[in-house]
Amino acid sequence: MATSKPSKRRAPPAVRRSAGPPVRLVQLRYLAHARSGDKGDTANVGLIALEPEFYPVLVKQVTRQRVARHFRGMAKAVERFELPNLNALNFLLHGALDGGGTISLKTDAQGKVYSTALLRMEIPVPADIARRVVKPR
Amino acid sequence: MTQRTVRVAAGQGFWGDWLEAPVRQVQGGPIDYLMLDYLAEVTMSIMQKQKSRDPKLGYARDFVPLMERILPDVAAKGIRVTSNAGGVNPRACAEAVREVARNLGLSRKVRIALVTGDDILPRLDQLLAGGHELRDMDTGRPLSTIRAQVLSANAYLGMAPIVEALRGGAHVVITGRVTDTGLTLGPLFHEFGWDRNDWDKVAAGTVAGHIIECGAQASGGNLLKGWRQVKGLANPGFPVVEARADGSFVVTKHPGTGGVVSVASVSEQLVYEMGDPHSYITPDGIADFTSIRLTQAGRDRVRVSGIKGRERTDKLKVSIAYFYGYKAVGTLVYSWPEAYDKARAADRILRQRLADLGLEYEQILTEFVGVDATHGPLSGPPAPDIPEVQLRIGVRARDKAPVERFTREIAPLVLTGPPSVTGFAGGRPEVQEVVAYWPALIDRTEIEPGVRVEILDP
Repeated sequence: MATSKPSKRRAPPAVRRSAGPPVRLVQLRYLAHARSGDKGDTANVGLIALEPEFYPVLVKQVTRQRVARHFRGMAKAVERFELPNLNALNFLLHGALDGGGTISLKTDAQGKVYSTALLRMEIPVPADIARRVVKPR
Repeated sequence: MTQRTVRVAAGQGFWGDWLEAPVRQVQGGPIDYLMLDYLAEVTMSIMQKQKSRDPKLGYARDFVPLMERILPDVAAKGIRVTSNAGGVNPRACAEAVREVARNLGLSRKVRIALVTGDDILPRLDQLLAGGHELRDMDTGRPLSTIRAQVLSANAYLGMAPIVEALRGGAHVVITGRVTDTGLTLGPLFHEFGWDRNDWDKVAAGTVAGHIIECGAQASGGNLLKGWRQVKGLANPGFPVVEARADGSFVVTKHPGTGGVVSVASVSEQLVYEMGDPHSYITPDGIADFTSIRLTQAGRDRVRVSGIKGRERTDKLKVSIAYFYGYKAVGTLVYSWPEAYDKARAADRILRQRLADLGLEYEQILTEFVGVDATHGPLSGPPAPDIPEVQLRIGVRARDKAPVERFTREIAPLVLTGPPSVTGFAGGRPEVQEVVAYWPALIDRTEIEPGVRVEILDP
């Protein structure tokens, strides 16, 4: 895998569903990379799977609702689009930039680090994928 | 069988990007075209202000010394340059570049063209009276509500006048407001003779333009995936598109330059500033970004293919800039121990003083750099022994007076507020005028008949 690995990582907690194989909560940081930008008062975050095999998990788990909840208080509304050709999802975070552009007082007036803010979000992933991206202690 | 390729190089990602980049694009390898984008959303309003003070100004002045540096290579190598550096005075910009060409003894070798017709400020009232409401695309408000504050109004032109200028033999094409993608589409359509109504070709050129329009952001700059492995960014290679007649192209960069061109770097740029990926709308057509296929085709080479597009709309986007008000941002740094608590206490004191003075603002925004300025509440609480925290407070108001007074409330906190404070040597923050962006739509039939291409006499 081409990503940089941090020196310490705890094994994520196992979340056992009532039926089916075990899943674990993993931060998006270990499953995807991202870049964000702006259009007026909207920040867009493009989320790209680090490996093609992770894309179906992202499609299933990184739902519009989960992202809206993640950014509650930071964005007024969230839209989601799929780009299977790039193994990517695109999220529009409306009202996230204090007016955006020249109006905004924010350090991140142009939404350039909403990318990494999204990568903080945790999603349940199958245990075999979790094992590949996060080494247990 | 080798296919003919046309090489379009990005000279800069924005006005203020690395000064060396366009020079190294011209000198570091073979290119056919150099494209340079100078216009952010409200840049035109700054240029209108300059032009109102001096009718010989109103364009991106940095373009002229750049031409002085690269015109000899451009002329010797047969490179052509497309740029929207003309701002609201393409004529003055073109004449300044002509002067440079003359001084370099190149006026016979370098033909300069200018494009006008995008500036609708002179006839704005006429358009409004004629029923064009120019409603804000985000809020729906009609322009009439802020007419008195409008500073500039320009329609986004597409590739057509650039193609016409290149067909007329121009080596340097200077425009006013043209889309970044148009600066790349023009060369491709001119070289390959594509039909303007071939929507898949329009989409392909649009995607090529989008990939290179932010410069090194497609070739290893701001790359999140594997950033530690990106080498040589002290000498970043800006991207070059090698386009083919079938609409596919390769994104690459000059040998011996730093950075990387990979599926990851191109993907990150593709999703940058993207709305609905199915409909990336430009004056020339609509590109479907979900049709793009990327393949790594060797080191620092990514092939892009399969792009599909749809018919252009009957409208053009208009960028309008208007005077909004004033803002100011002040900062102070608080050090360990208890840096965060001290910074928060200072923020409370400052806000209390502003309120006690009866000062009213549209917005007061506090951020703690080192704690929550980038990710807000997602960051969680800071480490208790954090070494320092920067208190950053911004205010915004329609009137100047309360913002002015705010700028004088930062320094006093040093002697009248919480302890172990520093980082104020920069002096009083400045009051900034806020010029805001108003995107609207207009029928293209109102604009296109007035677009003119002129080749300057040498």
